[in-house]
Amino acid sequence: MTAHVVNVGADLLAEAVSAQAVEVTRVDWRPPMPGTEGDLATLAVDPIRRDANVRALAALLRTTAQLVDVAPASEVLGLQRGEFLHAGPPIEWAMASGPLRGALMGGAALEDLVADPEDAVALFESGTSVWLEPCHHRSTVGPMAGVVTPSMWMFVLEDPATGRRTHCSLNEGLGKVLRYGAYGPEVLTRLRWMSEVLGPLLQKAVRTTVEDTGPVDVTGILTQMLQMGDEAHNRNRAGTLMILRDLGPAMVTSGADPRDIAAGLKFVGGNDHFFLNLAMPACKLALDAARGTTGSTIVVAMSRNGTEFGIQTAGTGDEWFTGPAQVADGLYLGDYGPDDANPDIGDSAITETAGIGGFAMATAPAIVRLVGGSVPDALATTRRMHEITLGENPRWSVPALEFQGVPSGIDVTRICRTGILPQINTGMAGRLAGVGQVGAGLVTPPAEIFPKALARLAELARDRGESHLRGFALPPG
Amino acid sequence: MSSDGLTHVELRPGAYADSVTLLQVSRTVQGIAGVTAAQVAMGTTLNLEVLTQMGFAVPPEATPNDMVLALHLDDAEGLDQALAGVDAALLAVNRPAAGPRDLAPPRTTATGLRGVTDGIVLVSVPGANAMVEAMDALDAGCDVMVFSDNVPVEQEVELKRVASGRGLLVMGPDCGTAVVDGIGLGFANVVQPGPVGIVAASGTGCQQLLALLDHADVGVTSALGVGGRDLSTAVGGVSTLAALHRLDADPGVELVVMVSKPPAETVAEKVRSRASELSTPVEFALLGPGQPDLTAAAESVLARLGRAVPQWQVVAPTTPLTAGAGRWLRGLFVGGTLCDEAMLIAATRLGPVHSNIPLDSNLALDPHRPLPGKHTMVDFGDDALTAGRAHPLIDPSLRLEHLAQVAADDETAVILLDVVLGHGAEPDPASALARMIGSARRPVVVAVVGTRADPQDLAQQVRLLADAGAEVHLSNAGATRRAIDLIGQP
Repeated sequence: MTAHVVNVGADLLAEAVSAQAVEVTRVDWRPPMPGTEGDLATLAVDPIRRDANVRALAALLRTTAQLVDVAPASEVLGLQRGEFLHAGPPIEWAMASGPLRGALMGGAALEDLVADPEDAVALFESGTSVWLEPCHHRSTVGPMAGVVTPSMWMFVLEDPATGRRTHCSLNEGLGKVLRYGAYGPEVLTRLRWMSEVLGPLLQKAVRTTVEDTGPVDVTGILTQMLQMGDEAHNRNRAGTLMILRDLGPAMVTSGADPRDIAAGLKFVGGNDHFFLNLAMPACKLALDAARGTTGSTIVVAMSRNGTEFGIQTAGTGDEWFTGPAQVADGLYLGDYGPDDANPDIGDSAITETAGIGGFAMATAPAIVRLVGGSVPDALATTRRMHEITLGENPRWSVPALEFQGVPSGIDVTRICRTGILPQINTGMAGRLAGVGQVGAGLVTPPAEIFPKALARLAELARDRGESHLRGFALPPG
Repeated sequence: MSSDGLTHVELRPGAYADSVTLLQVSRTVQGIAGVTAAQVAMGTTLNLEVLTQMGFAVPPEATPNDMVLALHLDDAEGLDQALAGVDAALLAVNRPAAGPRDLAPPRTTATGLRGVTDGIVLVSVPGANAMVEAMDALDAGCDVMVFSDNVPVEQEVELKRVASGRGLLVMGPDCGTAVVDGIGLGFANVVQPGPVGIVAASGTGCQQLLALLDHADVGVTSALGVGGRDLSTAVGGVSTLAALHRLDADPGVELVVMVSKPPAETVAEKVRSRASELSTPVEFALLGPGQPDLTAAAESVLARLGRAVPQWQVVAPTTPLTAGAGRWLRGLFVGGTLCDEAMLIAATRLGPVHSNIPLDSNLALDPHRPLPGKHTMVDFGDDALTAGRAHPLIDPSLRLEHLAQVAADDETAVILLDVVLGHGAEPDPASALARMIGSARRPVVVAVVGTRADPQDLAQQVRLLADAGAEVHLSNAGATRRAIDLIGQP
């Protein structure tokens, strides 16, 4: 006995079934994004799509992340003098936005490539002896401008099952900080202290902890913090205190100057976003496990460089699909307003890509106002994201939604079919280099990048020699 | 029921709730203090019988469109409270439960199927989008009925290839009618369960069979539509074969009937050959020149089941029909297979019949232009006439416009119409037709395809048409022959 009818299309037909006292689910179907019908049809019948997505999602969900080391980028990434990593898809100085330029200028001064950050403009304009590369291309993620230079200390996260590693710099705190494009003396002073004092202190603490009790389970902390009101993008308070709890004893017994230990404990404990730089590489580690799955339509990276928003999918290798980054909608600090905000920037949307951040908004009611929303909005947002994802994360659950797992495995085809765009929680950087943070809010990717990725996925499906798919390249409309 | 106390019966015209809901309401009202008997029901024939048996005197004007509220109370003082209780109960059942129902609805078939284990999916989105939704159903391990038309044939082939590999069934595309496990999907008639299983490559052909078998008191457990193109060489009968095997595996099915518009001969051969290997006998009703019509097929089914063939009902108007002065038969159909069947019958008696769905491409006509001086039959359900508007089973306006034209045309000899009832069809198709029939001054013969339990009330629809002056048949073939007989009569 069929117990349930799912109706997609004419409501009259649902009514006719409902009148027979049969339970009917009514799909609120709407036309797909313009021009995507043919590619959606191609991918719907791509014989490897379903299995590829199952495998990609399973790889993403089974990956765990452990904090195994803290060390300079020059060591763990082999970053050379003059090499700069940055957030988002590839970009040249000429196209770089204010906050990215500011962070690069500060980074150049930090590495003593120039004496004054302002002098770095000429250096980057000349393009000689400096090289820009996306963090994502080096198994790394960086929040906001995401600038990484050789002397910066990095968290090293490892998947215990495969030994794969990802990296992220240490979080500087809020306000006037390099990642928001500020490069004043206080910014550089803090960064130097982080390299000289905090980095070595954390290295000792992590290495001691690894020896004594084993690596720190970052995925496990994420599991807990999601039940404590953090969504791990714009709120990381519980996670930060848990990492401090895990590393604190080894910091205290490190043998370092007690004043440095106290400063380190105070800095970590006083920076509510400290854990973000652990959440991000943990998410990247999981998503990278899905990378390179031929035929999979799952998104494995969403990232912005302040000018463009780019995505990568599991089935399209390292190709970026880009469009103009949007300005977030949210609340501003002090006197700042929309005119002061730079378009969306940072690799931190890796959290949403993995199903947390804006996707887990329902679990973080404490910050819904920070990003300009309400609690019902937050619940609705997480539920809406389930429409564009293929599964739920059994580790990361949302108490307010009856412990439903966070929406995981963003599917390009679902986005194109529904027009629902991924919801991202984000900080806002000032438009001009040197300003720093001006606010926080909600943003979505530019819609057009998803049909672009879809078209490439469909092209690859047709190229795989499935001759019966070739007839599916319908003209749009 | 005690004769003491107070009996209250009232009709609420226009109020409607489904029978399950009203059974719940009745039970609630029966629990109100002072109420000794209560029945709230729609005024169908069956319900009126029940009410009469309970001792309620139901007003004779009650129709199935009226809600009947019948109460017996200990005394008159309880009436207001009881009536308030009825209203409260009706309100309560119509209020959606809190919780998940407040959520935004799913946006794709895939998300609609989350948590559904034994669902069936009904797809009626535009043809270019239908396959994507249907594939969601197959990916979730569910059968799917694709009501949508204009689905590219290569997508149909691919969808059915995938379904076949997974042991699933794709009904359609362009599948208008199915009955699955007793649930009517699309335009389906309300039938009793019974020994017959139908595989239908034709929606209204299936409905004619359902209706005729219902009149013969033979039930149908499943009627699996396969879509009008399934028996084409391009598709190769994939769903037909899958449906035949489904029904063969159902112990409740004693006889399978395969109904189709004229199929591709090679595919028909393959299907016949595979059908002969099944343990359940298969009766073929494949329309075509020289083949039995649907009514003859229904009679064969009854004979194989050892059931009596009833007299197919004909309701004549008070004034018997006589031929007019015109020359041409004008068939105006909402059912494509009914149109096909009528053309096949008419062609043997009258010669060529021109149509927008002609039996021979030389006989094609453009339905947007004035009808030629020939015998004509127009299928208003054809894709070309439904683009941008609902199917004529839902939106009768286009056929009504044409009816007005042929009714006013002196060249018209006889008008032949079909009226298709059942789930999904408009609630009262006969009324609008009756108004035009009444002023037509041409003989009008109507085939009414419906069952006794259909929501439109078959008997009333027939009565409206006959009262307006039409001769009403339950058999489309019978109606067609009668219309032909009326041409050239003095």
